Amino acid sequence: MLLIECPWCGQREETEFRYGGQAHVDYPSAPAETGDTEWAEFLFYRDNPAGPFAERWMHAAGCRRWFNAVRDTRTNEFLGVYRIGEGQPA
Amino acid sequence: MAHTLPEHPAKLWRNPEPKRSYDVVIIGGGGHGLATAYYLASEHGIRNIAVLEKGWLAGGNMARNTTIIRSNYLWDESAAIYEHALKLWERWPDELDYDFLFSQRGVLNLAHSLQDVRDSVRRVSANKLNGVDAEWVDPDEVAKICPILNTSHDTRYPVLGATWQPRAGIAKHDHVAWALARRCDQLGVDLVQNCEVTGFLKDGDRVVGVQTERGPIRAGRVGMAAAGYSSVLAEAAGFRLPVQSHPLQALVSELLEPVHPTVVMSNHVHVYVSQAHKGELVLGAGIDAYNSYTQRGSVHTIEHQMAAAIELFPIFASAHVLRTWGGIVDVCPDASPIIGPSPLEGLFVNCGWGTGGFKATPGVGSVFAHTIAMGKAHPLAEPYGLERFTTGALIDEHGAAGVAH
Amino acid sequence: MTANSERLPEGGRIDRTKPLRATVDGIEILGYRGDTVASAMLANGIRTVAPSLYRSRPRGILGAGNEEPNALVRVERRGSSPMLPATTVELTEGLPVHTLSGIGALEPNSEAKDLDTRFAHTDVLVVGGGPTGLAAALAASEGDARVLLLDDQPELGGALLRGTDAELLDWAGGAAELLRARPEVTVVSRCTAFGYYDENYLLAVERGETLDRQRLWKIRAHHVVLATGANERPIVFAGNDLPGVMLADATRAYVNRYAALPGSEAVIATTNDTAYEAALDLAAAGVSVRAIVDSRAEPPEDLAAMACQAGIEVLADCVVAEATGTDSVAAVRIVRFEQPRRTVRTIRADLLAVSGGWSPDVGLFSQSGGKLRWNETLAAFLPEHSRQRQHIAGAARGRYGFARCVADGRFAGVSAAESCGYPAPDSPLRPGISERATRVETEQRPVWIVPAETGKPAEWREHFVDLQRDATVADIARACGAGMRSPEHIKRYTTIGTGSDQGRTSGLTAVGVLAWLRGMGSPGALGTTSFRAPAVPVSFELLAGRDTGKLLDPVRTTPIHPAHRELGAEFENVGQWKRPWYYAREGEGMHEAVLRECAAARTGVAMMDASTLGKIDLIGPDAGEFLNRLYTNGFKKLAIGSARYGVMCGCDGMVFDDGVVLRLSENHYTLTTTTGGAAGVLDWFEEWLQTEWIELDVWATSVTEQWSTVAVVGPRSREVIGAIAPELAVSNAEFPFMTVRETVLGNGIPARIVRVSFSGELAYEVNVANWHGLAAWREIERAGAGFGITPYGTETMHVLRAEKGFPIVGQDTDGTVTPIDLGMDWIVSKRKDFIGKRSLSRPDTARADRKQLVGLLPDEHGTLIPEGSQLIGEHTPVTPEVAPVPMLGHVTSSYHSAALGRTFALALLRSGRERIGQTVRTPVGDRLVSATVTEPIFYDKEGARRDG
Repeated sequence: MLLIECPWCGQREETEFRYGGQAHVDYPSAPAETGDTEWAEFLFYRDNPAGPFAERWMHAAGCRRWFNAVRDTRTNEFLGVYRIGEGQPA
Repeated sequence: MAHTLPEHPAKLWRNPEPKRSYDVVIIGGGGHGLATAYYLASEHGIRNIAVLEKGWLAGGNMARNTTIIRSNYLWDESAAIYEHALKLWERWPDELDYDFLFSQRGVLNLAHSLQDVRDSVRRVSANKLNGVDAEWVDPDEVAKICPILNTSHDTRYPVLGATWQPRAGIAKHDHVAWALARRCDQLGVDLVQNCEVTGFLKDGDRVVGVQTERGPIRAGRVGMAAAGYSSVLAEAAGFRLPVQSHPLQALVSELLEPVHPTVVMSNHVHVYVSQAHKGELVLGAGIDAYNSYTQRGSVHTIEHQMAAAIELFPIFASAHVLRTWGGIVDVCPDASPIIGPSPLEGLFVNCGWGTGGFKATPGVGSVFAHTIAMGKAHPLAEPYGLERFTTGALIDEHGAAGVAH
Repeated sequence: MTANSERLPEGGRIDRTKPLRATVDGIEILGYRGDTVASAMLANGIRTVAPSLYRSRPRGILGAGNEEPNALVRVERRGSSPMLPATTVELTEGLPVHTLSGIGALEPNSEAKDLDTRFAHTDVLVVGGGPTGLAAALAASEGDARVLLLDDQPELGGALLRGTDAELLDWAGGAAELLRARPEVTVVSRCTAFGYYDENYLLAVERGETLDRQRLWKIRAHHVVLATGANERPIVFAGNDLPGVMLADATRAYVNRYAALPGSEAVIATTNDTAYEAALDLAAAGVSVRAIVDSRAEPPEDLAAMACQAGIEVLADCVVAEATGTDSVAAVRIVRFEQPRRTVRTIRADLLAVSGGWSPDVGLFSQSGGKLRWNETLAAFLPEHSRQRQHIAGAARGRYGFARCVADGRFAGVSAAESCGYPAPDSPLRPGISERATRVETEQRPVWIVPAETGKPAEWREHFVDLQRDATVADIARACGAGMRSPEHIKRYTTIGTGSDQGRTSGLTAVGVLAWLRGMGSPGALGTTSFRAPAVPVSFELLAGRDTGKLLDPVRTTPIHPAHRELGAEFENVGQWKRPWYYAREGEGMHEAVLRECAAARTGVAMMDASTLGKIDLIGPDAGEFLNRLYTNGFKKLAIGSARYGVMCGCDGMVFDDGVVLRLSENHYTLTTTTGGAAGVLDWFEEWLQTEWIELDVWATSVTEQWSTVAVVGPRSREVIGAIAPELAVSNAEFPFMTVRETVLGNGIPARIVRVSFSGELAYEVNVANWHGLAAWREIERAGAGFGITPYGTETMHVLRAEKGFPIVGQDTDGTVTPIDLGMDWIVSKRKDFIGKRSLSRPDTARADRKQLVGLLPDEHGTLIPEGSQLIGEHTPVTPEVAPVPMLGHVTSSYHSAALGRTFALALLRSGRERIGQTVRTPVGDRLVSATVTEPIFYDKEGARRDG
């Protein structure tokens, strides 16, 4: 059971959260002009590193806010959490 | 006195030092890698092969799955490859000359909602036309097949019926791996353990070998069969894969007198369970939502699993969890695998099996070996190329695969 | 053997004022409160348990705790378990015990236990109530830190309980008293931590004195101190599985703690100092200790002297080669340690107490991600590096001896409290603990195996490594010979370490034997197999907690539910909701009920509880823009007071949900979702609003449970609405299709009435505040009584909508269907972008021969094609045994229609629109049924009935 720090509510149990996969994947600004290959990248391709991973969580059973986190997928250790719009911590 | 298990052969494999060059290098000494090497050597006449394993042979998902074998998948493409695999499973005990406790005790996939029923009938109907043995059975028949299942109406999600594949079953996963490893070894394949691949040797866009902890190894062709680590390898090679790695947990009970005669799976209530030959109950839990390479999941997933197991099998209440563990499964957006050429010449990928890898082992071996040997996808692998993510021709097995495998 | 014949006349920590009777395999035994089943068995002279699992060899009690591999029992009692170690089951009055050969049996209808779950948050969690744990808990709680101490025994003290040192036992008693008096300290006895997960999350099982009470502790700790002690290892020699072979420390436990004699003539075999204490304690208890067989060439002089004083011969530089006897140990053959291993002596004995050294109990530490390292001096894997906020202290990290444990525990406790921000005042070790007790172990001489003098290791089938699994040196040798090198392979090949004892006595021994077979000096380079949760077996039901049965998943019902029950509805599970499926009257089955309900809706008036539909309020100046981006059609220009049907796609262009959007004011929309899709749609909205379009000023709020909705459907529905809403102008001109009106019902309930239709008939949806839901239902029922208003369920709703060709998302779609596939081109905006639009032009998604929604009319009007049936071509041969039969699609919905007087279906069919008018076939039972492909609309194609 992960312990996740919601940047709005503080530390809460994993069961309160919904996972949102890789962070910082922007919706293409002009989908109609996006080629099939780039569109497929947007739809289906996400980073999957063994190591620090910038990802999204939503405090579903709490404040219902989305936020970002960097977590090491080799240990599950959270290296930092930050609000939407804030830059990824170094 | 309990059943004694069959004795293993006195000789399984050599422990060779890796050579500097091979015709084919397979990355990953799990079931898929071993089966691929076996078919390359036995059917394609390629003997100068190395299987490189970063840990101990078959110590990844091959050692961690719940050993269920079935082919009752919905879509034609899936039924074709899983049924191909099941037919090979039926031949393997003789062909590999190894009693790996393959037991065709059937699988029930339970339906708990009216939509489950529709989906089940749809799958059975498709299975029958695809030549896969399948039947829809009502709750009374379910109770006859598996008397310990709670088929009463007085449950939160009553069993409304099930699909039944009699030829499905289980096999002892470790023994399957050893059977393959032994045969590979006999065919001259070098099984190299403790030899992690850390990079690729490239000549332009062509892969000509691998870099390992134990030095560079050149190869005519390279096949990836590294399951949860596929993304990491692809990144090292310089391309991306549409897979995400998640923990998938399983557990066993203490040894118990035989009580559960078949395999039962329920997507709705999230449980799948069989009883192994020695007597332990083997249960699978759900996939944890987050990406992870830790080989362990969150314990609340196990707790839900236990609640679901007791709901369906009240008799399991007093059984004990003896051991839990996790594997890393690589999952594609459509819950179907990727088999075929990679963006790099000379490098072939087999990944994205999610929770379905074990049951596909012989099929993967045969199809992936063909793909590597011929340099292009086997007909059964054609729908499983990377192109499908661009064209949109996905093979969406979420309904059929769901949580349970 | 007589009752309590082997009970010492005095001593022990049993309560002799509380005698107990129990039976073992039908034989009555006597014991006392404080006994375990195992100690009572020994006290009654029962030294043999059930034979071994695979080889039926006689077996005895090996240990005195959860390391026990042999003495497995089933207890016929409320709350019994299939298989438990007798060494951990407390004796209670009347307990019927049956011994088991390593395999348990599940019993049907076993009575429920009292099980519960408790959550705890603590500053410091201390696991283990021996000297280390007590010292840690004392130190940690000297400041204000909140401390939780778990100990798996009924009594605190840990290893001290196995000794006789009154001073130390007093210290433990005092420490326990002190801890219990501190308000911020919680001490839980009979509680075993079994799982150590991320972020110091631990699970523990607390047992009652009886088996039927258990509690699951879920603990989140800021800092953890692991004081889990160490386990004694056996030694591998021929016949080491005979009854009478016992761990040396276990023999101490039996004589000192339980006052039970495990034998009368003993030999001690050891590689280290600790077994000397066992020898002395056994001697003191009256056991004739014939010899201490010490592998070391020069045992410590002081120990040797103490042995000598007690009249015990010490055979240094010797090992036990063999225990012999038919049903139990009768004699022990001793050889020289060094080659050649000539026999030194054979000694008659019925007890062989062995100590092959100690393995720190690092299971929890290892589960927590901690790394281990081999220590040659202690011949053990020791903790090296913690990954979490924790200390591991005392014997659990190879610090043996009372004083060292206390000092180590104290340090850990102080550090733990400090890390929580509660510095503890520095006070020294409590005075009065004499140096005598702080003796540190001297060097040991590990003996992993005493080889047989003859044959090859692959033949040594009486050198046992895992007693529960009946696995021997021969098995390891065979695995090794087969090419296996990794301990993980050995474990799987031999099954060593996979028993319910979690390999406590076999895991490291197997690695030691493997190292010996491979000619390696020590097991260090081989490493251990993984330690996995749970550290002790825990029952399914304990982990499941109370979330079983009806609580497996919450049941959601609408406020109108009581009315449905009164009407005798059959319910359907839709997601977590219970929805009325149909309302059968006396003598009706589902078929008749649905035909009747359908007829009422088509010819008179009918009503349905539609409250489970998801409802979301969207408020803000950008609400229209937001809807435009998500739905395939436009909503920005929707007139205030109007309603519009909309479809949403995922980014992949596949239909994801649908519903009706109302515009209530300039900045206020409210919309419905499918019943099952409500939560997902809200999540979807919030995700886009928060992560992508943060510039949009829109608030999305679930109002599903704020509103109750009753659909009033049929040609006479206008009259019913007119009757319940006297202030509302209900004519078609004044209240046209797809508009919304706010009004007050005649009974005073404010209502929002919408003219929408999911049946093609004139229809209304009456929305009222949730707490008025039942009253509104009753009001409509009353007003409609004169018109024969008929309640209907989901099945009738499905038939009515299917007759009109309205698809249901999730039934007629499956995540692979686009709006175009559904024939809804009219709803897919060409002008604006929307989520999923780009995906519709991907090569496969744009194909003309995709599966499309069509209607099917079976050639036989009475034949109902089962939903899910696959469709094939008119002339396709059906020979699946030869090759897969090409399929064209499948039936998604199929019904008897009262209105059509026949069956009909909806289907997803490859190139379906092109095939209209053609015939397809489908297997129904053993035959093939033909059907004609039609437009997916069967009733009132002109839409004439909509306005009544």
